[in-house]
Formats: sequence, C-alpha cells, structure tokens
Amino acid sequence: MIKLGVPSKGRLMDKTFDWFGKRGITLSRSGSEREYSGEVSGIGGVSLVLLSAGEIPRELAAGRLHLGVTGTDLVHEKLPLWTEQVVSLAELGFGHADLVLAVPACWIDVETLDDLDAAAAAFRAHHGQRLRVATKYHRLVREFLRDAGVADYAIVDSQGATEGTVANLTAEMIADITSTGETLRANHLKILPDGLVLKSQATLWKSRVAGMDDADREVLSRLLAQLGAD
Amino acid sequence: MADTALTEAMLARFAEAGAARVDAPILLDAETLLDLYGEDIRGRAYVTSDALRGEQMLRPDFTVPVVQRHMSHGAEPARYAYAGAVFRKQERDPARPNEYTQVGYELFARDDPAASDAEVFALFHAALAHLPLRAAMGDIGILTAAVQGLHTTERRRAALMRHIWRPRRFRALIDRFAGRSAVPAHRVALVAGTVATEAPHTGLRAPAEIAARIEALREDAAEPPLAAGQVALLDALLDVRETADNALSQLRDIAVDLPAIGAAVDGLSARLDQVASRGIAPETLDFEASYGRTSMEYYDGFVFGFHAAKRADLPPIATGGRYDALTARLGAGQAIPAVGGVLRPDLAAQLEGKA
Repeated sequence: MIKLGVPSKGRLMDKTFDWFGKRGITLSRSGSEREYSGEVSGIGGVSLVLLSAGEIPRELAAGRLHLGVTGTDLVHEKLPLWTEQVVSLAELGFGHADLVLAVPACWIDVETLDDLDAAAAAFRAHHGQRLRVATKYHRLVREFLRDAGVADYAIVDSQGATEGTVANLTAEMIADITSTGETLRANHLKILPDGLVLKSQATLWKSRVAGMDDADREVLSRLLAQLGAD
Repeated sequence: MADTALTEAMLARFAEAGAARVDAPILLDAETLLDLYGEDIRGRAYVTSDALRGEQMLRPDFTVPVVQRHMSHGAEPARYAYAGAVFRKQERDPARPNEYTQVGYELFARDDPAASDAEVFALFHAALAHLPLRAAMGDIGILTAAVQGLHTTERRRAALMRHIWRPRRFRALIDRFAGRSAVPAHRVALVAGTVATEAPHTGLRAPAEIAARIEALREDAAEPPLAAGQVALLDALLDVRETADNALSQLRDIAVDLPAIGAAVDGLSARLDQVASRGIAPETLDFEASYGRTSMEYYDGFVFGFHAAKRADLPPIATGGRYDALTARLGAGQAIPAVGGVLRPDLAAQLEGKA
C-alpha cells in the first residue's frame, strides 16, 4: 500500500484535495468532520493519511509515508539532510509563502543585512543584550544569518502571533512566513529586501527511504503518471 | 581500546608537566555560552532546558568550565588536565560522531607568554610525534594588531575587529572602507537626509539609537577611504603562509611598513625561540597568518593545530591556542593570560591503526 500524507485541515487540505481531484484522484475525509482518516478513489493501492503539515516531513524522512504534501519551509526547517531523505515531485501552485526577515518600519537606517549587523552591534553595546529575532524557524534563520555574517542577535521562540512580539517588547525584529505582507504592515514592520530566507509553496514530496515492494512500485508509477508528476 | 590507552598516556604526560586533574559538569548554563559565541553555538551544541534553570547546554568543550573554575578559585600559575566526553550536533554529516572524548591541558600564567605557548605546543607535539601529522600555527594577535594599526577611524577598526573571525564579512568591510564597493542608494539617501518615514515608532530600539546610527553613517561617509597601501599591507599579511622561520622574516618585512604589528611579531619570534629550545625546529612547522580565523573564535593570540597529513577529510587531531580575553569575560573584572589545547584520542587511534 502506498501511503499518502496530506494536511489534515484548512485551506491547505481543501486545495490539496482539489489538486488531486483535477487529476482524477478523489481524496476525501471518511466519516465525520472530526475523524482524521481518509479515502482515495480513482486508483487502487493508495491510502490517505491525514496529519498536521508540520509532521509530514518527519514521517517522510522516517519512511512511514511514501508521499506527502507540505510546504518547502517545513521540509527545509525540519530535515537538515532533506536532499537525501525526500525528493520534490511537483510544486502544487498554492500555499505560497516566503520566509522573510522583518524589522520595524521606523528603522529607516536598516535596509540591508549589512545595516542589520551594524544595528545589532550597536544595540548590544547600548542595551547589554543581543538583538532578539522572534521566529519559529530557528534553524533556517540561524543559518541564513550566519551565512550573511550577522552577529550579536538572539533567536527567541515564537510559535504564533510573531508580528506582535516587537510591539510587546519581547523581540526587536521577526522572521516569519508571509504571503502578502499585510499583517507585517499592520504591525508597523517592513521586510528587509535582502532578507528573503526561503520561498515556499505546497509541494508533493516522495520519501527516498520508505520501503516498497514490486506492487507498491507499480502503484506509485501509475499514480505519478496520472498526476503528471513522473 | 587504543584511544583509552592514549587518553591515559596523555593524562600521565600532563600530570608530569605539573597539571592538576580536573573535571567539569556536562550541563553548562546556555546563557554564558550564547553570550560568548552567539546564536551560532546552537548549531553545534545540544540545548536542553528545565523550567527552573532555563536553558542548559551539553558541554561542547571544556575550556569555558575550566576557565570558570580557575577564575573562581584558582591559584597562580596553574596547570589543569582533563579528559571526558564532549557533545557536538552533527546536522550535516551523520558520519561524524556527536559524542567523543577530548583530552586537554590548560595553563594560566602571567609571566613569559612565549614560554607558556611553547610549553603547551611542545606537549602536544611530543605526544603526537609518532603520527603522520602536519603541525600548523597562526597568531590572531598579529591580525588584531594590524587592524588596530590601520590609519582609519576607531569606529572602522572596531567593526573590523568584531568580524576578525568571519573572513568573508571582514573582506566585505575592508572593501567598503576602501571605497571598492558601491555604496547602496538607500545609504546615500540616508546620509543626505532625504529618507523619511510615516511609520510610528515601535519596539525597544529607541529613536535616539536610530538617529545615532544615521549620524555614525554620516560621519563615516565624510571619512576618506582606507588607503590602498594599507589594504595591500593587510592583504600581504593575510597571505603569509610559509614554514614558521620564513613566515617570521616575511612578517618582519611587513612590520617595517606596518609598525603596529612589531610587538606581536616580536612575540612570535620569542615563541619560536622557545619552541626551538624544546627541540622542535621552526622550519618543520607551517605558519599561516589566517590560521584559526574560521573555527577558533575565542583564541586571540597563538593558535595551533595538528592535521592528518593524508586525511584531509578528518578534523584536526589536536587544536589549541591562547585565550586571554576569554578569561576577562568570564572572570567578572579579573583576567589572566591563558593558553591550552585539546586532543581527540579517537582520531589519533584511527591514524595509529593505519600508520
């Protein structure tokens, strides 16, 4: 049986169902709205697993899913060796989101990463603490800032309402996913033009490690042919 | 196991040199390490936490706890030896171990830094003499002296000092100060005073801090570029890569035009004399002016490493150096010159197997 993992709720689930539906494969939730199990019709030998988008990378890397739909951002953040564990089969054209660095719009002196580094140095000298960056993408942001040569910052964890941390004085700036930038503007933040950490969209991934027998391989190649993702 | 035997042999050697055996906790306060190394340390060290003590790190090395121990109740001079596991995240290469033994020696002494440097280096040199290793050394103190001696503003020197350990960023700063890279349009406008914003103030960074930085940029824009001759001297210095005896004479030549490095070059000369007096010929050692700039951020003077001559894939078998400034930062107002090194018995044993 080929196991396909799909986000279990919201727009991401609906759009994924649509994307498969347009290609002749109907995915649906079985039973009640609250039940996280699903059905697949239009092809045999595939089972649907509904789970949180954030857990799909881990399940692919562990080989418990053969296929999964989740964002590029989540795969890159959670799987440092993602190129060895998963392979991207198709970008689905929705769920667009960029992981960006954003600072208060009133920081007119900060427009580049170079400015940010200088501001961080002055901030630490003045306040005796490192400039705080609120984000849930710890690893991606840390590696991005390291490669850019930015020092004297501290990452503070923020799992939600990240845009509010600056006004609440729990961080000086943020790194977060944005699609339109509307929430950032509403919170008086601006995107650093050279602070694009990652461009993300919903993507169909294949596990490189999930075990398959000959029947599974046959099902997978028929499925991918039908999806136009082979 | 071969590496246990080597660990014991090293500890015996260090004890003979007068070192007291010390131990260190495995869990360290994360805040101390984060303040020293910055956020990057999270990419290398395991972080854990409890609700009472906050974030803790599994020790990535012994230097910090040994320095803390000495600064709180050490006599002078002091020699310490230790052996134990260190923990390093390996998110890039699953083949590298995330837990391995380090055996180390640290020397805290106020007098005769050249002799202290040579003592530590010679101990490791003797312990590893049977292996096919390349001994390399550098001196971060010569680089910092060169930066301090540049004919430019204190602010530019401070910016360069801050990025000594990030060569790419250091180079970008040099290019900017030398007027070799284009000034971004936004910065030109900022300096001209034509950038305004409707955005209300938000966050802890105060309007005065923003104004102060703009003023600093304005002052910097009025400064003449760093002279081409100064940049050339710095480049010549960074390019020095020779056997230690030849490197010394090249550095002496550079010091004629860059007198600020004179004292640091004299220090190197005295160190090499001390090394030679311990039976190690400087012409058998490699000196690289940029050595240790990317990986050894708390070292601020002499740095050294022993590398497997034919195994470029292996990390250095032993590394060490001088870290005077670290003792000041951990010493709450006190400081003492310090130098030390560590060896990885697991790597040495691998080489012994193939020797």
